[in-house]
Amino acid sequence: MSRVTKFAARDPGPAARVAGFVAHLRENGLRLGVAEAEVALAALTEMEAIHPDDSRRALRAVCTGSKDEAQRFDDLFDSYWMDMGRVRQKVVPTPTNTISNDVHSSRDAEGEDAGSSGTATAPDDQGGEVHSDGTGKLIASVQRNRNRRDLRDMVRPEEIAEAEEIARRIGAALRDKRARRRIAARKGDRLHFRKTIRHSLATGGEPLRLLRRKRPDRTHKIVALCDVSGSMSVYARVFLAFLAGLLRADARADAYLFHTRLVRITEALRDKDAMRAVGRMSLMADGFGGGSKIGPSLMRFAETYARRFVDGRSIVLILSDGYDTEPPHLIATALEKLRKRGCKIIWLNPLKGWADYTPVAEGMAAALPHLDAFKAVNTLGDLAALERELATL
Amino acid sequence: MTWTDLKTALAGEGYVASDDLAVALHLALSLGRPLLLEGAAGVGKTEIARTVSAVRNTRLLRLQCYEGLDAAQAIYEWNYQRQLLTIRAAAEDGETGKAVEDRIFSRDFLLERPLLAAITQSKPPVLLIDEIDRADEEFEAYLLEILSDYQVSIPELGTITCVTQPIVILTSNGTRDLSDALRRRCLYTYVEYPDRSTELAILKARCPEVEARLANQIVGFVQKLREEELEKTPGIAEMLDFAAALMGLGIADLTEEPAVLHSTLTTLLKTQSDQARITSEVAARIAGKAA
Repeated sequence: MSRVTKFAARDPGPAARVAGFVAHLRENGLRLGVAEAEVALAALTEMEAIHPDDSRRALRAVCTGSKDEAQRFDDLFDSYWMDMGRVRQKVVPTPTNTISNDVHSSRDAEGEDAGSSGTATAPDDQGGEVHSDGTGKLIASVQRNRNRRDLRDMVRPEEIAEAEEIARRIGAALRDKRARRRIAARKGDRLHFRKTIRHSLATGGEPLRLLRRKRPDRTHKIVALCDVSGSMSVYARVFLAFLAGLLRADARADAYLFHTRLVRITEALRDKDAMRAVGRMSLMADGFGGGSKIGPSLMRFAETYARRFVDGRSIVLILSDGYDTEPPHLIATALEKLRKRGCKIIWLNPLKGWADYTPVAEGMAAALPHLDAFKAVNTLGDLAALERELATL
Repeated sequence: MTWTDLKTALAGEGYVASDDLAVALHLALSLGRPLLLEGAAGVGKTEIARTVSAVRNTRLLRLQCYEGLDAAQAIYEWNYQRQLLTIRAAAEDGETGKAVEDRIFSRDFLLERPLLAAITQSKPPVLLIDEIDRADEEFEAYLLEILSDYQVSIPELGTITCVTQPIVILTSNGTRDLSDALRRRCLYTYVEYPDRSTELAILKARCPEVEARLANQIVGFVQKLREEELEKTPGIAEMLDFAAALMGLGIADLTEEPAVLHSTLTTLLKTQSDQARITSEVAARIAGKAA
């Protein structure tokens, strides 16, 4: 209990403190309004507030709205209520650590593993249990770039606007007309029987006015995975602008970055301020421009996020040059897995634009049989030109 | 009633809830807010609604969401066939238009779907809106009116306001992101796979006839199995099936007969590649570790 924050004597009371807490959460990126503060207060009156853990659970139920938020909540709660005097502390939004134990943010590690290339990961929670099946993985065997580069230097606002327009057109090109269920429409190809009967009531059961229905357009959802490893850094500007534009143009799109690990950047890029969004993205793309592990990253994607966000109506765009430091069969397995979810996979490779390019990189060769399309993209103009080809897919 | 009482009451009906879930549910009940539960398939999201209805001794109204679900399926629809028959019958009897119209647009001709039914009960029911992430985004918008005001507007009949406010539980498997508008109207809890002691308590509550030693082995085995890389991680329901299968075969010790153990794995592993991955040797190794 000694950790509980000591508020100033002139503090106006519990209601103000709760309001302060909600403001603290809001500052740290949780989307809360006045109504939530009210509910939070009501919730606390239902609990016995002398038990901090009960209050913590109650506030968590009220103030969070997704898994990520729920996981960050504990830190935010501690920094406000359990901080012994310091009332506010800005908590840097951390990328979720749900991924796995072979994924380490260099920011979390504080440089401790800098010289430890080739050491096994720390033993798991069971303590002292030895893995006999060889699942112990090496970390830091591929050099990660520790200098964080600010992506805002690379992307200009007008490029985002241009990319947004291109992304919007590509989204429109991918619209598909294969919805199975028909809905009411003025000009439809079939009779809407239920509606017709319903309207016939007005004319004593005689169906004078025939209503119709048709198959509506169903938009495909675009999921973009962008490689930001060292070999791709020349093209990063184009692709990052494209991602930023894509997410601003299409509310259902989803975006990820990968180099030696995979980061979901959808939430960050949804920020209203375009440049702030890019700033948040650069925080998350920590280690940007280092080595590339395409296979493991795609595998990670297929096993985690893809299960939630990829279905038969998704198009997965992979923006990468295919130079991988890991065995190529991993890429093939990952793509095969992705394909099973029924999505279309398009690989956009900047190198393909070169005059006499052949996919000799082993990773690229392994990926080819699993792709629906393999295209060259170097500039925003190339992306725009893709529109027509994607429409025929 | 405090949240610990609620937790005890739930346990009395055979549902072992985590503290987080119990607190959230307690708040949902006392503040009259909908509760949104997210989590992997098979962690007991749907079951909690069933248990709450048993604890409160009320009806459970379930709305299973699917793509293309619309208002006619979820809220109300007029009984057209009956209306048509009535119109024809009225025409034979020579009734006038106005009287007929009043009659065929009355509550008798209204087919109540789960959402309307939920707000017209005399005793507050439990309304379970299952797998909301499967429904279209348009449908989420319909829900907003009902979840915040608990009323339904029917053009021909007027607005039906709630008699009693239902206990609303929404579940989601996270196949798509829900809208912020819906999230902020609900209390939220992410339901995790249970830890070892909780899962043991669940097994004891549901299958009291399992011996303590075997129960320990079963739970240990399933917990270890969840750490393997599987396409479909086994949930609690699968664990209970597994226990039932072992009971049915009369097995008293998991480590004794690897062949039989492997044949019962069909209750836990639901895809071909998972079954190929967990071979008889792997299963025996996991069982050995878990014991």
